[in-house]
Amino acid sequence: MKRRMLIALSALMVLAMLVTSCAQVPAAAPAQQEVVEVMVEVTRIVEVPAEGGEAPPAAVAQKMLNIVQDRGKLVCGGRTDLVGFGYLDSEGNNIGFDTDLCRAVATAIFGDPTAAEIVPLTAAERGPALQTGEIDLLSRNVTWTSSRDAQWGNFTTVMFYDGQGMMVRGDSGATTLEDLDGATVCVTTGTTTEKNLADAFRERGLEFTAVTFEDTSAVYGAYEDGRCDAATSDKSQLAAVRSGFANPDDHMIMDITMSKEPLTPAVPTGDSQWFDIVKSVMWVLINAEELGVTSANVDEMMNSENIPVRRMLGVEGSFGQEDLGLSTDFAVNVIKAVGNYGEIYDRYMGPDGAAFTLPRGQNELWSKGGLIYAPPLR
Amino acid sequence: MEVLQWIAQIVSAIVVIGFLIFFIRNVIDAADARGLDLGFGWMDEASGFPLSESVIDYDPSKSFGYALWVGFLNTLKVSLVGIVLATVVGLIAALSRLSSNWLVSKIATVYIDTIRNIPLLVQLFIWYFAVFQAFPSVQDALRLPGPLFLSQRGMYMTWVKPTASFVTWALIFVAGVILSIIVYRVLLHYQLRTGRSTYPFVIGTLIFVVFPLVGWFLVGSPPLQGTVPELGKFNFSGGLRLTPEFAALLVGLVIYTGAFIAEVIRAGILAVEKGQVEAARSLGLSQSQVLRLVIMPLAMRVIIPPLISQYLNLTKNSSLAIVIGYADVFFVGRTIINQAGRAVPVFLLIMACYLGLSLITSFIMNIYNRRVQLVER
Amino acid sequence: MTSASETIVRPPSGPGAIYWLRKNLFSGWFNTILTVISLVAIVVVVGGLLRWAITVADWSPVVENLKLYAVGPFPSEELWRVWLIVYMVSLLMGISAGKWRGTVLTFAMGLGAAYLILSLFPMSLEYLPLNTRLRLAGNVLVLAAGFVIGLKLPIKSLWIAIAFGASFVLTLILLGGFRNAAVLPRVETGQWGGLLLTFLLAAVGIVASFPIGVGLALGRQSSLPVVKALCVLFIEAVRGVPLVTILFMASIILPLFLPEGLRIDRVLRAMIGMTLFSAAYMAENVRGGLQAIPSGQYEAAKAVGLTGIQTTSLIVLPQALRVVIPAIVGQFIALFMDTTLAIIVGLLELLAVGKAVLNSNPQWLLLDMEVYLFIAAVFWVFTYSMSFASRRVEVAVGLGKR
Repeated sequence: MKRRMLIALSALMVLAMLVTSCAQVPAAAPAQQEVVEVMVEVTRIVEVPAEGGEAPPAAVAQKMLNIVQDRGKLVCGGRTDLVGFGYLDSEGNNIGFDTDLCRAVATAIFGDPTAAEIVPLTAAERGPALQTGEIDLLSRNVTWTSSRDAQWGNFTTVMFYDGQGMMVRGDSGATTLEDLDGATVCVTTGTTTEKNLADAFRERGLEFTAVTFEDTSAVYGAYEDGRCDAATSDKSQLAAVRSGFANPDDHMIMDITMSKEPLTPAVPTGDSQWFDIVKSVMWVLINAEELGVTSANVDEMMNSENIPVRRMLGVEGSFGQEDLGLSTDFAVNVIKAVGNYGEIYDRYMGPDGAAFTLPRGQNELWSKGGLIYAPPLR
Repeated sequence: MEVLQWIAQIVSAIVVIGFLIFFIRNVIDAADARGLDLGFGWMDEASGFPLSESVIDYDPSKSFGYALWVGFLNTLKVSLVGIVLATVVGLIAALSRLSSNWLVSKIATVYIDTIRNIPLLVQLFIWYFAVFQAFPSVQDALRLPGPLFLSQRGMYMTWVKPTASFVTWALIFVAGVILSIIVYRVLLHYQLRTGRSTYPFVIGTLIFVVFPLVGWFLVGSPPLQGTVPELGKFNFSGGLRLTPEFAALLVGLVIYTGAFIAEVIRAGILAVEKGQVEAARSLGLSQSQVLRLVIMPLAMRVIIPPLISQYLNLTKNSSLAIVIGYADVFFVGRTIINQAGRAVPVFLLIMACYLGLSLITSFIMNIYNRRVQLVER
Repeated sequence: MTSASETIVRPPSGPGAIYWLRKNLFSGWFNTILTVISLVAIVVVVGGLLRWAITVADWSPVVENLKLYAVGPFPSEELWRVWLIVYMVSLLMGISAGKWRGTVLTFAMGLGAAYLILSLFPMSLEYLPLNTRLRLAGNVLVLAAGFVIGLKLPIKSLWIAIAFGASFVLTLILLGGFRNAAVLPRVETGQWGGLLLTFLLAAVGIVASFPIGVGLALGRQSSLPVVKALCVLFIEAVRGVPLVTILFMASIILPLFLPEGLRIDRVLRAMIGMTLFSAAYMAENVRGGLQAIPSGQYEAAKAVGLTGIQTTSLIVLPQALRVVIPAIVGQFIALFMDTTLAIIVGLLELLAVGKAVLNSNPQWLLLDMEVYLFIAAVFWVFTYSMSFASRRVEVAVGLGKR
């Protein structure tokens, strides 16, 4: 009821403005004509729901792909403060595992990995940024949970399987959570980790003090300094940070997994084509590793006899590129630009990775005993 | 002319209301289209996240609304303590800067000019990460007499905790305070009227001391009990604890605001005209009487308004706690937005907290100002 | 502000020194104790800090990332734009110094000295490359050239003011560039960072808030109840809440308030937040100036037959604004420091760059003292020289003494 009144009121107001502006127009000069037209346009938009009643205002939304193409760049929510996933090199370039996923999507659309604008988001901003459609894609090691899926947007494909771990000093002798009764634990606030921590200790009836920070580096700085007895986060993150400590061997990542943390890029709700595009790009990265296509050999692979390879690279048949509104050879561009899944992983976390070394573990391909699996491209 | 003014008023009102309608409509549309929740029903749900610090009992099974209340109390705590200490620091710095000792005056000047020219946020980072984190670990805590322990986990000190008989004793204590004030007033009034010395201050103080003392023994068991911090496996238990987050925020705010308050107080003291002091001296007032009856009232008139606005600044600046992990109202609010995704209602609540605080402060300031300003003529 | 202590005593040379010492440091037992305690404190604090800075501290996170601190992730191949802006500012500073001399000259000389020190700074060429050093030295020449121009050529003050204004607009155009343009391609605001962004946020905030603030101040003084109420409401509401909440609103709540499809750039949103915040304080400053105008001025204006609008724009405002110049400079300095809060909404200003640097290499995680002290020093140099200059200008113009 109230809404209706508001809408009617605003319509009235615009109408009043229109009348006054008309009154000032002496003759039909072309420039002023335009003004009037704009006004009419505004009035129309405002009035439609008032007449139609329940008609949703943004029913005919423009397709995301067109919006992105018109804009000429992909706006991708990322971060600058997590080594290995999203961080700055000394030139100020945003690099990392998550960032490369953004670049892959940008390449699929524009053929240019630099067409991705990485918007660094704080933990507090990522949900609202996705909800308001400020970003086209969120790739900021976000854990996929049911309530986030319901509230924030659509989660695509798990690109990194993680689990929450606990790091303690070796000399504390703690091996189970029970040993940590009464301990002080450092944790990043606003994360699933924070809630899991509380759940894990409460269901065991254990006491703990949490020291929470918004900033990941603050968490580990405080832990290494000794402010906390333990630090908890995704195991990949713990491993990353531990490798950088002055004496990594003094710290131990306990052999427990407190939760599942599937890290997944997400897109705003409301556009299934866009959702499919991002998923397909992720699947291309995984399938490329499975099929042995790398950034180094992609050109010669185009002459390969292998049908799935030929289909993926757009040489023969189709796996739906046209339906998605992408070029037939987008996979070639993507692989050339960022490499396949394994290459991206190794670039930052492989044996010679730029950030740190973390064994693939669960993030090995399904065919090699891991969990990384993508639907076939056909 | 009159008509023009009316039109101007109506147009400005329409523009503002129009904007409001435009915004509200958009929010409602967004709520419809994207499933945003604009209500306050979520406040009763269990929060599920821990807070590092609370004045009242808190655990993750408590509601979101309660968590926000805890945050608000934490804001009040750091602000109130900060205001008292910043005033002390500011006063010392102001007097030092006015000191005839060249070195002391220069040190105060350097302190004021340095601190005021470095962003508070940078100072907080330095205090927390570089200073308080560099304290000895909890196992090698620095033991000071008391016993009082200093470590990275904060300061643990011997403290008292109330027992069962505390409430009765507190009532006696309050009664004593009220009685002592009444007696002081009555005696002072009598002294002023008759000119005979009735020693109002001495007698008032005596009542103030005797009442609680007698009450302590009257209630039977001691109403307060000492608690001494003891080192457990991971941490100290017992005693009063000041966390490093609280300490860093407090020290940062006090040092920063103290520098501004110092300038406020110095300006106030310098604003008192020499002639006033000389006139008071020539009337035969003693040094302390000149300070108490002439300089302070005159200086206070200049000092109070900017001083209150510095207090308000300190309270608002406590929202920077977010970078060093002190759970103030802004910190808790942001955590809730993260965990529950209710950006708009949480934001409104945060704004309401700060606006409420500044409204109350400016209300008190107005009353005080009016009273002090009366002294003028 | 320091006039009282500055004028206290300056140590006279020669035989007077002992007398000076006795008078100012050792007059009476109390002062002697204070002096001794102060001396010990100075030795402990300054000595400890110096020893730490030279022997213990590891300055590599500072030294190896100077470009990041200066401009953040601004693309290296487009850095010439930033240099062009620096040259432009140097030239204008030089011209103003030649034109007005006095404090401006002192300021310009300080700037030149800073360029020289930086260009000759004893550190590895790897981190402060030769061409950067040459460019810095080049700025000294530009500054000097500007000085000569200002000294010799009769340039009107108004033209210099206009040039400063134009340079501000040009700066924004140069940094942003144009979309799909070949000559000056777009640099996304997300790539603006470091000290550059810090300066931009403060400058845009203060420039944009000026007209709004004046409008609000006039509105608050106005006799129209609705207008007055709206202005008071805005001013008091904004002044009643911390800047972080306003930035937070700009970053998270504002997008919700806009229709679907309308996006405002993140940096721009922060600028809007800073501007609104600053406008409320600006309004109060200007109001202070308006109240300082004696009522005789209004009456005189009326007597001459000026209308209300004419009185305001020709008589009241020019006088009021002159009075509040120091307050506005103070506000700029405060806003300059407040830009650090942009870290909370994820912008890469100077402090955020410091954080990002600490995070970029796990080995640097514990070197926070070095990074934060460096940032504190950078801020101090800028804010202190600004407030120093404004104090000198205040004295020179005779403001503040009414």
